[in-house]
Amino acid sequence: MSQGPLLEIRHLCIRYRNGRRTVNAIDDVSFEVSPGETVGLVGESGSGKTTLANAILGLIPVESGEIRFAGQDVAHLSFKERRAFYRQAQIVFQDPYSSLNPVRTIGRILAEPLEALGKTDRAAARERARAMLVRVGLPEDAEGRYPREFSGGQRQRIAIARALMPSPRLVVCDEATSALDLSIQAQILNVLQDIQAGSGLSYLFVSHDLEVVKHMCNRIVVLYRGQVMESGAAASVFGTPGHPYTYALREAAPVPNPRLQRARHLAASGSTATPVEKLTPGASHCPFAPRCPYVEPRCLNERPLLQPSQDNGQVACHRYPGWRSAEQRPTRTSDGGTSAPTAASYVPVVVPDLVPDSSARQV
Amino acid sequence: MFRLIARRTLLSVPLLFIVSMSTFVLVALIPGNIARTIVGAQATEQQYLSVRRSLGLNEPLYTRYWQWLERALHGNLGVSLYSQQPVSSLLDSRLPPTLFLVVGATVVSAAVGVVFGVAGALHPGTVDRVVDAIALLGLSIPSFFLGFVLVEWFAVSLRLFPASGYVTFGVSPAGWLESLVLPVVTLSAGGVAVIAKQTRDAMRDVLGRPFIRTLRATGIPRRSIIFKHALRSAAIPVVTIIGLVFVAVLGGSVVVESVFALPGLGSLAVQATTESDLPLIQGIALYFTVIVIVVNLIVDLAYSLLDPRVRVA
Amino acid sequence: MSALVPLIAERPRGSSGLRPSVHLWLRRPVAVCATAFLAVLVVVSVAAPLFAPYNPEAQDLTRVLSGPSTHNLLGTDTLGRDVLSRLIYGGRRSLLSIVEGLVVVMLLGIPLGLAAGYLGGWTDRVLSRVGEMVMAIPAIVLILVVLAAVPHNEDVAMLTFGVLGTPTVMRVVRGATLQVRRDLYIQAARVSGLTHLRIVTRHILPRVTGPVIVQASLFSAYALLFETGIAYLGLTGNPEAPTWGGMIAEASTVIEQQSWLLVPPGALVALTILALGLLGNGIRDVAVVDDVATRPRRAALRASTALKSAQVDHRDVRPDRLIVVSDLEVVLRNRGGTTPIVAGVSFDIRHGETVGLVGESGCGKSVTALALLRLLPNGLETTAGRALWEGRDILGMPEGEFNDLRGCTFAYVSQDAQASLDPTFTVSSQLSEAIRHHERLSRRAAKERALELLRLVEFSEPQRVARARANELSGGMAQRVAIALALSGHPRLLIADEPTTALDVTVQAEILALLRRLQSETGMSLLLITHNWGVVADICDRTLVMYAGQVVEQSPAQSMFDLPLHPYTRGLLQSHPSLAVAHSHLKTIPGNVPSPGSWPDGCRFAPRCPYVAAKCRADEIPLLAAQSDRDTRCIRVGEILAEVTSA
Repeated sequence: MSQGPLLEIRHLCIRYRNGRRTVNAIDDVSFEVSPGETVGLVGESGSGKTTLANAILGLIPVESGEIRFAGQDVAHLSFKERRAFYRQAQIVFQDPYSSLNPVRTIGRILAEPLEALGKTDRAAARERARAMLVRVGLPEDAEGRYPREFSGGQRQRIAIARALMPSPRLVVCDEATSALDLSIQAQILNVLQDIQAGSGLSYLFVSHDLEVVKHMCNRIVVLYRGQVMESGAAASVFGTPGHPYTYALREAAPVPNPRLQRARHLAASGSTATPVEKLTPGASHCPFAPRCPYVEPRCLNERPLLQPSQDNGQVACHRYPGWRSAEQRPTRTSDGGTSAPTAASYVPVVVPDLVPDSSARQV
Repeated sequence: MFRLIARRTLLSVPLLFIVSMSTFVLVALIPGNIARTIVGAQATEQQYLSVRRSLGLNEPLYTRYWQWLERALHGNLGVSLYSQQPVSSLLDSRLPPTLFLVVGATVVSAAVGVVFGVAGALHPGTVDRVVDAIALLGLSIPSFFLGFVLVEWFAVSLRLFPASGYVTFGVSPAGWLESLVLPVVTLSAGGVAVIAKQTRDAMRDVLGRPFIRTLRATGIPRRSIIFKHALRSAAIPVVTIIGLVFVAVLGGSVVVESVFALPGLGSLAVQATTESDLPLIQGIALYFTVIVIVVNLIVDLAYSLLDPRVRVA
Repeated sequence: MSALVPLIAERPRGSSGLRPSVHLWLRRPVAVCATAFLAVLVVVSVAAPLFAPYNPEAQDLTRVLSGPSTHNLLGTDTLGRDVLSRLIYGGRRSLLSIVEGLVVVMLLGIPLGLAAGYLGGWTDRVLSRVGEMVMAIPAIVLILVVLAAVPHNEDVAMLTFGVLGTPTVMRVVRGATLQVRRDLYIQAARVSGLTHLRIVTRHILPRVTGPVIVQASLFSAYALLFETGIAYLGLTGNPEAPTWGGMIAEASTVIEQQSWLLVPPGALVALTILALGLLGNGIRDVAVVDDVATRPRRAALRASTALKSAQVDHRDVRPDRLIVVSDLEVVLRNRGGTTPIVAGVSFDIRHGETVGLVGESGCGKSVTALALLRLLPNGLETTAGRALWEGRDILGMPEGEFNDLRGCTFAYVSQDAQASLDPTFTVSSQLSEAIRHHERLSRRAAKERALELLRLVEFSEPQRVARARANELSGGMAQRVAIALALSGHPRLLIADEPTTALDVTVQAEILALLRRLQSETGMSLLLITHNWGVVADICDRTLVMYAGQVVEQSPAQSMFDLPLHPYTRGLLQSHPSLAVAHSHLKTIPGNVPSPGSWPDGCRFAPRCPYVAAKCRADEIPLLAAQSDRDTRCIRVGEILAEVTSA
């Protein structure tokens, strides 16, 4: 019935310059999104997930590789072609406070995608805007008001409504709930689910929050430093992580269960950080190697390729699946004494290229 | 640091070219016959042609410029049409009063302005409003008007300072100082206003930043926080504005020197303009530009000292 | 600080975008006067023939240098010409000059500024360089060159002035454009399919008009100043036609005989420039599109005022408690009035324990913490309450006395670690400064101790970190440094405001582990403010839940998770994704948090509560002791529990 994947990313590379250095924000990333599916893109700062989201929407240029939407290359489009593409793919941004123009009414903000994309019938646009407001759970009369009259959660609903106006087939949610309070986040996630149930569109859900991703997504792609570490069905990636990084991520995110957290603390899980100098300069290597408790020499010299893992998934790890039963390296902490073992007590190394000059979550 | 100086100097060379070129181009673009303007309606054909020749108006623009450039690089800036004296020596003799006036006014503006600005930032309320009022007044009163008022009060009524004229330092240090007081005060009024406002805004901005709260939470006394930490972060925008004030003061010296009859570059510039003495005024433009370049360099050096990020970059 | 933003944002505002500005404008008498003055000036100048009583060039040698009289309202000049008429016509000339300069500067400055700001890259670099160079030229000199070539041509001079003034306007427009460009709605506009040109005109230009108008009035002031200056020097205009500058020049020559003559032109020039300046300032204050700005509120450096506190009853002193807070009230004071932010908050912290202060944005948790440290930002003020520590009320102490406690008894770590360090000093010098403030140590000893502290927070290369500055540190490293700084005085209580919210998950785990370890080693207490229930579960012994400025539940952590005693806590925990069935709806709390100032009567959670009853809305709900060492602000808790346990 479905004619192949809706969105295909193939060997994508995105680079940008930071001063004199060139940073590989996205380094040979491949994955797919099928129609009606929700795929989660998980990673921390520096993973490249926001860069990837922006690149899919054509907001930043691509160095090499392909981005295909319904079979068509969308990485290199002319202005008109891109405009047509925006009828099919839209984005909801993270910050509800700066994603709406403060001097325009909600109605004008919602109508804008339709006006720009060709449908200029004002009355029809207004009707649709009103309908969309209702669909995201806001009153119709919101149309004549200004963004500042709405709370963060309400603004995010408006942003979602705007994204839905051209009836896209794919909506990229770039940390769409990360800036919201817990109870509001729950409301917004429900809205997103309802919309998908109603229209069968696909989501690419970018987030750093594993719990949210597990809740919302059918499949998960785990990124670290611009490379795919693991991908697969959400339940199995989360339940039995194939990659040490996924495991570390899951164990590090605290859950609202004090007993479980205490148990995690007691689980002896230490690591030795490999000083960066030991990496052969210039050679490719696993990006997680410096922090991995299961690192072996091969990891420092050869980049692991994606191999099939459980449940139709993929994992990029030299030691898969053996690491799960392997011994972890003993703990060493910097103050020389014995430490209470903690889950993921990495010894932080002054790594020169971890210098951000913006907030921790953006890449 | 030397890299910074070298880079800055290199970047400034085009500026000199541009300024000198633009004076040439400006003159060429302007409609009307310059030579005729200079000699006036009553001149003879002979005089007119000689002026044309001396201005090189018979040659195309680029040749004229090239000739001027060649001579300029050897220190020869031509000859004043009015006084027949070499431009460079004229300018060199008029340079010191201008420098003293301008540097003095900038220093006074900076000192007074920073003090007012810091006071305004620390005492929001009456002091702050006073700073605002001073800022507004300082900028609104034209310097020549202020000059008159000061002359009326201090020179004529109180007889504390001379109403005009300049005494060189060599002749009498006291007299030199006295002859500069009123002009410097006149010229600094605007600068004080601008610097006070900028300092206050910069300090207020810095005092609102999160690291100030952290410092307070460690119990460090207010005095340290203000004078050691806040001032340092606020210094950069303030230094920038001092640089801009210098340029403005340099321009203002033209008027103030005329009011107080100081024999500097500014009053010479006015003279040259009224006499349409092109070589002279072109030379003055060049001198002014060089002064500004030097000042900008000093400002950049100050940046690199104050903001460690600039040093690292 | 960002926690305070929604607080301020939720205050109700006027309905439209620009209309409130006009209201605000009318409320500022100074700005109104300035506008009126300028309006009158413009009208009179433009319609000069209608208003001027005499021909400005008509000489009357019988009435030379007369002062103000019935014949000549403002007197006459050296040639008997009427001063008032000359002022009016002179105003015309000045006005024309200002307009000439203004038109040029706007026509050039706005598009160039927009281009530089929006396009960035080479365009920006080239334009900025060129702008810098032009700004380096003292305008007056170049204009003198022009005037030397084209004598007495004020129009050409003003046009040149406009060109030379372009970089300033360009820079302002560029700055405003860059700011707006960062806002995500610009990206959204691109994804809506708008062309770049439309984005600039529709989305950027409106946001830029404010600063542009301010610059326009400032530029007009400078243009007038300049124009009067060159007129004064006699470089412009024909000697007959009146100019304000020329009139001043003329007046100066006869200052002995008729000092009055200086006053009308001088005063008028000064007043006009003043009015233009005030206009600019006024616009700047009013027309800032004051939306939900992400600009943080300014922290005050002023000394906190001590509350007048009642005598401390010896019975109130509880040695097993480190600090006992009672009935804390904090209000927000601004032009809109007084809004309560925190009302009646009471809790205590015991020795060596970690207390979590949990809530969503706008509940007042950050404000509570800052109130304890007496570091509330401008506008927020503690109006009531007591905080007893070792028998003394820290809220009632004089500032000097309390400041001695800051850092060595009470320490603070905030959310944005990099921003909480002074960027102009190295880590080592900041640590040393704090250390030397608490202990008498030599410079060298303090440096050693600083390295010790860095080792304490688990840096493996403390020397390297010591030499670094805030911008060279990653988020996690900066937070460790901030913790080291907080520990420098051996505090008894560390107040950490969302210390891990801005950090990556893995780094967060490390920082939490660090805090746990430090706490167990030093025995200090930790008040941790967070909105993350996972963090609470990870590190807190006891939890306080805040909602709408009140504590609604207090409980040991485990029992709170096992059985929340307040419907709000219940609702929050249930909406956590980890407790949901994947891909199905999350349980939510309907509605929104009421903003300060619109708290409902009775129970503040009542409008959203699934268990609400009539009595909930009647009176103030007190904090009730429920089970042992647990409090809740729900009067129906018994009934709810019965319902839940029976189900």
